[in-house]
Amino acid sequence: METAPKPGKDVPPKKDKLQTKRKKPRRYWEEETVPTTAGASPGPPRNKKNRELRPQRPKNAHILKKSRISKKPQVPKKPREWKNPESQSGLSGAQDPFPGPAPVPVEVGQKFCRIDKSRKLPHSKAKTRSRLEVAEAEEEETSIKAARSELLLAEEPGFLEGEDGEDTAKICQADIVEAVDIASAAKHFDLNLRQFGPYRLNYSRTGRHLAFGGRRGHVAALDWVTKKLMCEINVMEAVRDIRFLHSEALLAVAQNRWLHIYDNQGIELHCIRRCDRVTRLEFLPFHFLLATASETGFLTYLDVSVGKIVAALNARAGRLDVMSQNPYNAVIHLGHSNGTVSLWSPAMKEPLAKILCHRGGVRAVAVDSTGTYMATSGLDHQLKIFDLRGTYQPLSTRTLPHGAGHLAFSQRGLLVAGMGDVVNIWAGQGKASPPSLEQPYLTHRLSGPVHGLQFCPFEDVLGVGHTGGITSMLVPGASEPNFDGLESNPYRSRKQRQEWEVKALLEKVPAELICLDPRALAEVDVISLEQGKKEQIERLGYDPQAKAPFQPKPKQKGRSSTASLVKRKRKVMDEEHRDKVRQSLQQQHHKEAKAKPTGARPSALDRFVR
Amino acid sequence: MNVNQVAENLALSHQEELVDLPKNYPLSENEDEGDSDGERKHQKLLEAISSLDGKNRRKLAERSEASLKVSEFNVSSEGSGEKLVLADLLEPVKTSSSLATVKKQLSRVKSKKTVELPLNKEEIERIHREVAFNKTAQVLSKWDPVVLKNRQAEQLVFPLEKEEPAIAPIEHVLSGWKARTPLEQEIFNLLHKNKQPVTDPLLTPVEKASLRAMSLEEAKMRRAELQRARALQSYYEAKARREKKIKSKKYHKVVKKGKAKKALKEFEQLRKVNPAAALEELEKIEKARMMERMSLKHQNSGKWAKSKAIMAKYDLEARQAMQEQLSKNKELTQKLQVASESEEEEGGTEDVEELLVPDVVNEVQMNADGPNPWMLRSCTSDTKEAATQEDPEQLPELEAHGVSESEGEERPMAEEEILLREFEERRSLRKRSELSQDAEPAGSQETIDSGSQEVLSELRVLSQKLKENHQSRKQKASSEGTIPQVQREEPAPEEEEPLLLQRPERVQTLEELEELGKEECFQNKELPRPVLEEQQSERTPNNRPDAPKEKKKKEQMIDLQNLLTTQSPSVKSLAVPTIEELEDEEERNHRQMIKEAFAGDDVIRDFLKEKREAVEASKPKDVDLTLPGWGEWGGVGLKPSAKKRRRFLIKAPEGPPRKDKNLPNVIISEKRNIHAAAHQVQVLPYPFTHHRQFERTIQTPIGSTWNTQRAFQKLTTPKVVTKPGHIIKPIKAEDVGYQSSSRSDLPVIQRNPKRITTRHNKEEKL
Repeated sequence: METAPKPGKDVPPKKDKLQTKRKKPRRYWEEETVPTTAGASPGPPRNKKNRELRPQRPKNAHILKKSRISKKPQVPKKPREWKNPESQSGLSGAQDPFPGPAPVPVEVGQKFCRIDKSRKLPHSKAKTRSRLEVAEAEEEETSIKAARSELLLAEEPGFLEGEDGEDTAKICQADIVEAVDIASAAKHFDLNLRQFGPYRLNYSRTGRHLAFGGRRGHVAALDWVTKKLMCEINVMEAVRDIRFLHSEALLAVAQNRWLHIYDNQGIELHCIRRCDRVTRLEFLPFHFLLATASETGFLTYLDVSVGKIVAALNARAGRLDVMSQNPYNAVIHLGHSNGTVSLWSPAMKEPLAKILCHRGGVRAVAVDSTGTYMATSGLDHQLKIFDLRGTYQPLSTRTLPHGAGHLAFSQRGLLVAGMGDVVNIWAGQGKASPPSLEQPYLTHRLSGPVHGLQFCPFEDVLGVGHTGGITSMLVPGASEPNFDGLESNPYRSRKQRQEWEVKALLEKVPAELICLDPRALAEVDVISLEQGKKEQIERLGYDPQAKAPFQPKPKQKGRSSTASLVKRKRKVMDEEHRDKVRQSLQQQHHKEAKAKPTGARPSALDRFVR
Repeated sequence: MNVNQVAENLALSHQEELVDLPKNYPLSENEDEGDSDGERKHQKLLEAISSLDGKNRRKLAERSEASLKVSEFNVSSEGSGEKLVLADLLEPVKTSSSLATVKKQLSRVKSKKTVELPLNKEEIERIHREVAFNKTAQVLSKWDPVVLKNRQAEQLVFPLEKEEPAIAPIEHVLSGWKARTPLEQEIFNLLHKNKQPVTDPLLTPVEKASLRAMSLEEAKMRRAELQRARALQSYYEAKARREKKIKSKKYHKVVKKGKAKKALKEFEQLRKVNPAAALEELEKIEKARMMERMSLKHQNSGKWAKSKAIMAKYDLEARQAMQEQLSKNKELTQKLQVASESEEEEGGTEDVEELLVPDVVNEVQMNADGPNPWMLRSCTSDTKEAATQEDPEQLPELEAHGVSESEGEERPMAEEEILLREFEERRSLRKRSELSQDAEPAGSQETIDSGSQEVLSELRVLSQKLKENHQSRKQKASSEGTIPQVQREEPAPEEEEPLLLQRPERVQTLEELEELGKEECFQNKELPRPVLEEQQSERTPNNRPDAPKEKKKKEQMIDLQNLLTTQSPSVKSLAVPTIEELEDEEERNHRQMIKEAFAGDDVIRDFLKEKREAVEASKPKDVDLTLPGWGEWGGVGLKPSAKKRRRFLIKAPEGPPRKDKNLPNVIISEKRNIHAAAHQVQVLPYPFTHHRQFERTIQTPIGSTWNTQRAFQKLTTPKVVTKPGHIIKPIKAEDVGYQSSSRSDLPVIQRNPKRITTRHNKEEKL
């Protein structure tokens, strides 16, 4: 979007201004040199989410960024004070300027702590306490190790910043492309495919490959970075959705009648007739499940590792054509025409939760990568962001002039909405914050109405499928700058991919473990525990864990008469009883105290309150 | 029986004789004889009669005839009930030495005890067993620390290997080393000459001796000192124990008094010498006073005092005792006056006064005195709150009034600031609108009013209304302040809001009340500008994610249905430069169309109905055990009576509250995922008694996905490591550092014999 030149300013100053805008040190985004397979990391050491060792990535060639990094001195890694250098001298007489292990900033270590210490534990015996202490010590140690290895995540996310007061939404793609280096500029491209109708698209998990399918049967897969085409076919049938399976070698295409699976050569491998009239596809990578939503109202889970249908759930809400997955807990979100969004797991026949989001039907749903926020847009032209952490309440709402037909979250929490032929992107404060809908971060106009949206993983790129083909946009700061070389390595070779495949299959998560709170699996099943206890008591005839009844100690000098024994027993019993009564009274007090402030004094007008 | 009777008779006869004797003394011998003769005969007769029936009759050896000549062998035992002892017979009139030996022998024979019977076999065996058990337990107890250590060890490595010192001592190295080169030999020669140690012991004998030597005298001195200290301690302890045991109350009273006196004296002295320390002491006394004031120790309210009070009427002593206690109380509760006494006296009188009045009044007084505005505000706000609670109807006016009052001096300043802010805001607004116009020359469709700045979620319409109210109030306030203010345009939503919304006026005011309370808190904390804060919150409604939740709950309290029906789109403006190129009218038409399309489609009611059904379905069902026709007439159309039904209805216990209880727009399924539950832990492992304890130990993931390589290795180290191809021999005493097995138990026992014996006792009990 070019702004009109302001009157009274001739061309050179304007150009100058543009240049300053472009050359502004604060505005840049990460880019990559043209990756080649030669740059692939040779078998990096084992580790995953923590990325203790990050495979080398010839990514930040940007000098400015480097200077920025150098501007920040290693404050957190500040060396410990040299207390007594003489004692540290070794054989050579040289002193270690940084004696001892590197200190770890507390807040970084805190990030990796898993034990919730806020919950009070019941009093425990010495033996139990020692076990707990061991567990806590272990946690601390591992968290410190993890925090220390955080140092290896050298890449920083890119960003776009306007000059003082300038709206970043007014910066158009051409400006960005002009300002970035050639390799990054090459990532912005348009594929003009006007012939085969609106396109759906999907990036592979590594972000290296792109598959797209046109409504009129055009299916293609390519390495979009090098623009190397892998296959291109026409299935001679309407294509409704397309999705990569666990790797770029397999491709699921929802065609007019059935679901087909192709390999990267375009050879049809399977035709799954049990999934018919599929409208949307989602792939759950850790469970190897392909979730399909069909026109007939069924949500079907297909295990692609064994080729079995795990569950076919009837949503009982008519045609399903809005679906997205929650990457945090692998729950499938379905949008319905009655304004609700339902959450599904293959283990349950009914939805885990149902949320009333809109007055009209739901048009699009997207969940961010942390599983905290859900964005929905409905026929009532509203865009809402919901909190998924137990409350399911809208955090922010905005009415869009045309309503959003497609939504997608990026890895770092940017939200994109496709409204007609316009794409709006909103950004939040940081990674874990919801996108603020006040001001769009970027906007872009396409040559046709949007039909598919996805952010490319590990690249600051947004892929948009529309009637005119495919557009690849540059969105600075969209994706995670550091990738895990063992989990999803964009530069992996075929051998590495095979290795990864085997490991991923070994670590496949059973489908029935999908639930709203995955942490709940690490909890004891209290209900069956109590059931088991009850059964044991029934079997034994007594409770082995019950507190033994009080037995008065025998005393001498005639004080151990039967009467006095009974009296002593009575005393203890009464004391316990009193304690109980006291506790219950306290609880009552608490309740009353709580009830008081909310319940105001009754008024005569109460009768009108319905 | 017989014997008794006989004895009685004998006694009787004796008495008679005794009684008779003085009387009959002057009588002749004949008479006397005749009389006694009759007696005897009578006696004999009685004897005969009594012995007629008894089986075990005994013959009394008695001489029947009197004879003048009494033989010395026929000794009568009459008159002396004593037994004859053998020693008495032996004893001559005069003690003779020849008999002493016999006597001694006799006593020796007497003192010798008989040999006891041997115990029976079982008991002997049991004793043997006990002794054997003790012995073996003692021997085995040396392994206890080893076992404990192994149990707690993170990892055990088998076969056990004695840890060899990493570096062999230098003596060993040297012993196997010989001087070869001429230089070395020469050096060795030198060393030998000077009697320097070359091989094994690196120390010279002298050095060793000096190391080993320890001054004997010193050791003795030290020992003596220790002994003395110990003795002193024991004396002191014994004394204390003795004194503690004394039960005399009087004594204790005296002691206490003495102590008090002493303390006072010391205090006086301290005051002279070290005033600082005295002050501290004074504080202590003050504290004691406080304690006394708090407690009822000397207030004549105890059991003793009550009993004394009953007695006091009659007992002077009791009265005195009571008086004494009261005086003590007074003494203790009296304030000590140290510094300038004249001032203090005044204060004291004030104190007394203040004691009479409640604390609240005092606070007010203090505030009135002090010019601290902070204190003032909090105080007034308190009172204000109380007032508002009194009548919620008159709240708004009162509230506005209160605000203007409480602001006081700071008000003008705040208002100025408000104005400034507003101006700024307006300017920025204008700018932005200009910008947007620039951006979209085709036509910005929305009229950008002030309301357009805020994002309205329909679920928060109530709060929105609230804010508007605030604004209007603010305007009122400003008009009072005679400062002209530009009216902010109210957004259109008011028209669109359904009538339902405007209904509970009171509720809104209530909400306001709480809002105000919150704001007042803010005031106390930071800046006293409620209106400004309001504005800020307007501008950035998303900055406070916790606010809507609170609101939600309250609204839930009010009416769920009402809340959901307020879901009409209330914001139509977007302060965003969208590049939509829709005509204004077209857009409006479109919206109108949508509204019409959804008019009949009551999504909310359907959802509520669904939710109600889900709630009903998840509720535990009551069990009805009534049998129709049982105990009463049965048949078609007859129903069991209500009373009966009530009696046989077993009410299901109420389950835990639903997770979506306070979330009107959500249905959360309460069903358990049994497939996932199969993977969960169902039995608590041994040392844990509560599931939360165990959960805490498994909360940290141990997989390599979540951990660094090192941490993963450490977390998954095997508990036991064995070397393949090696024989794992049982543990030996030498392995763990004990000496040879035969006497290995000794050191342990000597180290702590007491502990071991106590444990054995325990084991025996078990």
